[in-house]
Amino acid sequence: QLLQLNSRKINNSIKKWRRTNVFFVYFNYTADIISTVEFNHSGELLATGDKGGRVVIFQQEQENKIQSHSRGEYNVYSTFQSHEPEFDYLKSLEIEEKINKIRWLPQKNAAQFLLSTNDKTIKLWKISERDKRPEGYNLKEEDGRYRDPTTVTTLRVPVFRPMDLMVEASPRRIFANAHTYHINSISINSDYETYLSADDLRINLWHLEITDRSFNIVDIKPANMEELTEVITAAEFHPNSCNTFVYSSSKGTIRLCDMRASALCDRHSKLFEEPEDPSNRSFFSEIISSISDVKFSHSGRYMMTRDYLSVKIWDLNMENRPVETYQVHEYLRSKLCSLYENDCIFDKFECCWNGSDSVVMTGSYNNFFRMFDRNTKRDITLEASRENNKPRTVLKPRKVCASGKRKKDEISVDSLDFNKKILHTAWHPKENIIAVATTNNLYIFQDKVN
Amino acid sequence: MAEADGDDSLNPMSILIDELQNEDIQLRVNSINKLSTIALALGVEKTRSELLPLIIDILYDEDEVLLALAEQLGTFTPLVGGPEYVHCLLPPLELLAVVEEAIVREKAVESLRAISHEHSPSHLEDHFVPLVKRLVDGDLVNSRISACSLFSVCYPGVSIAIKAELLQCFRDLCSDDNLLVRCAAASNLGDFAKVLELDDIKSEIIPIFSNLASDEQDSVRLLMVEVCVNIAQLLPQEALEALVMITLCQAAEDTSWRVRYMVADKFTELQTAVGPEITKTGLVPAFQNLMKDCEAEVRAAASHNLKEFCENLSTDYRENVILTEILPCSKELVSDINQHVRSAVASVIMGLCPILGKDNTIEHLMPLFLALLRDECPDVRLNIISNLSCMKEVIGILQLSKFLLPTIMELAEDAKWRVRLAIVEYMPLLAGQFGLEFFDAQLHSLCMSWLVDHVYAIREAATNNLKKLVELFGKEWALATTIPRVLTLSEEPNYLHRMTTLFCINVLSEVCGQEITTKHMLPTVLYMAEDPVANVRFNVAKSLQKIGSILDNSTLKTEVKPILEKLTQDRDVDVKYFAQEALTVLSLA
Repeated sequence: QLLQLNSRKINNSIKKWRRTNVFFVYFNYTADIISTVEFNHSGELLATGDKGGRVVIFQQEQENKIQSHSRGEYNVYSTFQSHEPEFDYLKSLEIEEKINKIRWLPQKNAAQFLLSTNDKTIKLWKISERDKRPEGYNLKEEDGRYRDPTTVTTLRVPVFRPMDLMVEASPRRIFANAHTYHINSISINSDYETYLSADDLRINLWHLEITDRSFNIVDIKPANMEELTEVITAAEFHPNSCNTFVYSSSKGTIRLCDMRASALCDRHSKLFEEPEDPSNRSFFSEIISSISDVKFSHSGRYMMTRDYLSVKIWDLNMENRPVETYQVHEYLRSKLCSLYENDCIFDKFECCWNGSDSVVMTGSYNNFFRMFDRNTKRDITLEASRENNKPRTVLKPRKVCASGKRKKDEISVDSLDFNKKILHTAWHPKENIIAVATTNNLYIFQDKVN
Repeated sequence: MAEADGDDSLNPMSILIDELQNEDIQLRVNSINKLSTIALALGVEKTRSELLPLIIDILYDEDEVLLALAEQLGTFTPLVGGPEYVHCLLPPLELLAVVEEAIVREKAVESLRAISHEHSPSHLEDHFVPLVKRLVDGDLVNSRISACSLFSVCYPGVSIAIKAELLQCFRDLCSDDNLLVRCAAASNLGDFAKVLELDDIKSEIIPIFSNLASDEQDSVRLLMVEVCVNIAQLLPQEALEALVMITLCQAAEDTSWRVRYMVADKFTELQTAVGPEITKTGLVPAFQNLMKDCEAEVRAAASHNLKEFCENLSTDYRENVILTEILPCSKELVSDINQHVRSAVASVIMGLCPILGKDNTIEHLMPLFLALLRDECPDVRLNIISNLSCMKEVIGILQLSKFLLPTIMELAEDAKWRVRLAIVEYMPLLAGQFGLEFFDAQLHSLCMSWLVDHVYAIREAATNNLKKLVELFGKEWALATTIPRVLTLSEEPNYLHRMTTLFCINVLSEVCGQEITTKHMLPTVLYMAEDPVANVRFNVAKSLQKIGSILDNSTLKTEVKPILEKLTQDRDVDVKYFAQEALTVLSLA
């Protein structure tokens, strides 16, 4: 019943958003180049990882009941260095400290846990609070001077006294040495005991408690590397069926595997692929069809994939084509040549669902990000920029003019800045709060509450 | 009590207590490990009023500390004042039972189970059962998981009304929404069933059992295989068919390979639990299916159990079942596409020889055995060879050696050094089985050739192999065959081979004794002190140090000492060092 209530609340607020299109900024944080953004399961915490190997966690302030409009803002809660640069002496290879992905574990007690990974090593972190410390020594005075042991006549047991809240992040486990190639995804299974990690050619299955052993569940490495035609680009577990996972490939296909069928899931159970449109065929077809992200809907019925120009929604029960396709920046189709030259065509955009699976969001260039309402089929382009840095500025919809005459308020394709890109976005699991990472700024927007 | 003892005895105790709050985690752990000493010094009253509250506050600490704490508390009953006050220990353990780290939780549960036996029936109902219920009602998954393990210890001691409540709680846990809780309940079902009356098992446990066995998640279903074993042991034979076998057969045909794997893995336990009659009618067909399973992991697990399963079959139908039902499937496994499966078969199939007897072995097992011996994968061949003894007893050594020898030769020259290493390590065993005459004729040269292998690990293993062979065949044999061939290595142009001579002498001297060592091996060692390569020279010094202990004093003084003294004047620092060391150890300096 609670769930129903929640979803009704979300639906209501979507309506407001649709009507008014207002999302306003209320948080902006400058950091190193942000490489991943992820809300925890309650949405109360938001973690970002950056190129320098740091993880920064933000916490939503508790809701203030008297001033209902000042819904909890996000403040920095904890910052820690998750990964350090390393050097692989055997392969003579530098290992970057950049955080590729962060995934929160469902909360099991007072402490919070997350997995963070760079190219090679996955770490499990515990984030816990401490607000008491022991006091009273037998051999020390309160001011720290040592007491003469001969004067001690009775044994004192220390007593705990309250102190200022301290948030500690401590590494609990390190899962290393299982990946030859670069890890692109990690995903926690709904059994909460296992997780998968995927690199370019293999997917491994880990137990969260066991660090010295993992099972290889997918291996697409050909015997002869010259025959290599595709790589794994992303992988994710199904949100409630713990035996099912999907992985996407650089050829634009998504494979769904069932771990019950076989120990090594080289043979997929389902293959999702849209036949290529011959009229659109070009030199770049294969590059732009590569899938950069795959995400299951919260319900588990659908999954969303992002390729270079579009977002596609697939029904798990229909393999031959997506049920919905949204163009993110179709106006770039004529620009592919220059995007190839400046390497932008290889950018890996991510995508996300809102809490009720009714809206999807993904990033674009010029610090634009796009939202698509699946019910009304309306879409909107918004901009995360320093100009609307002031809290509670209402975001104005943006429009890119593809050709012909440019109307007022429109931006021409040629003036887009391809260095400003939004690759990472996240949507609060229950509320209409979104986190958008531009190169080195994190913006948090929320819809307007009356 | 400690107060009266005066200052001296208090000091170490003060330090121990102060270290409970030390910055260094290792010191805190050490201090917690001595918590019982601290409690003893404080006395029971102060332990209850001051130490236990502190312990509850300590729970923010690192898992290493908590683990030590959870373990300590299980033995704390006398320190808080005996069974009368044992319930004081429940609050800290209850908190420890819900922390996130599984090993801490498990240890806390273990301690809770331990102290539950110290509770009087009324304390059990007043304190322990409420704790179990709180854990069951807990919002946190960990709390409900820990609760699952506590039913079997408190159930027997309480009144009928409370028993009914506990049963209801357990039933709730078995249908919990959370997968991990259901898994925990499932794995404790067998344990819980043991403390129930037979009628309660039939009326309460069996429905839960069949429910969990058809759970939508395979992680739960696979746990029920082991529960099957437990429950089958508790039920009378006539009830088994109806209550357990249906579930078991379902599991053996489950769509998830992990469930079938569990059945295959636990097959012999299941076999013992259900008894010979049901084995014949129910388990044999199931085993056949598992051996033909589409998943290699399942086939491999079944193969591992092949021998034990056949061994445990009742003798009145054993031979017949093996020949008509089991062997045809085994034949397919021998040519399985997966090498792990073949390797598993190879490691057990020889065990069938004694069961089947000579004629059947030659007729039915020999072809399988030969096929495995020709397998492309060295592990498979190795597994066959390492299980030779069963076969030898049945068909005799001569017949066996005809088939075996070519394979041994092949493995001995395998390109992978680990395979060669494995066969070197089997050599003493093989030599024992084949006997002296055969060994000298066929295998001795092979053993010597490993001494000049280009991989050090092989040369080292070959050296140890010689020692074991001499132990087996005696000094005289060594003197006649092995030692002369070892000594010729000292003339080799390759210095690594010359060093091998020294290594061989090191180990052979131990088994050959003083006389042979002095007469036949020492001269060569001394002669090698002139070697142009420094590595050889300092190994001479090391060898002399080693064999010096078995030489008599006069030899040491007249022969060894001059050479070592000469080596201390060597131009190489290492040679000097080891020569000096040898002189010191042998007390010749």
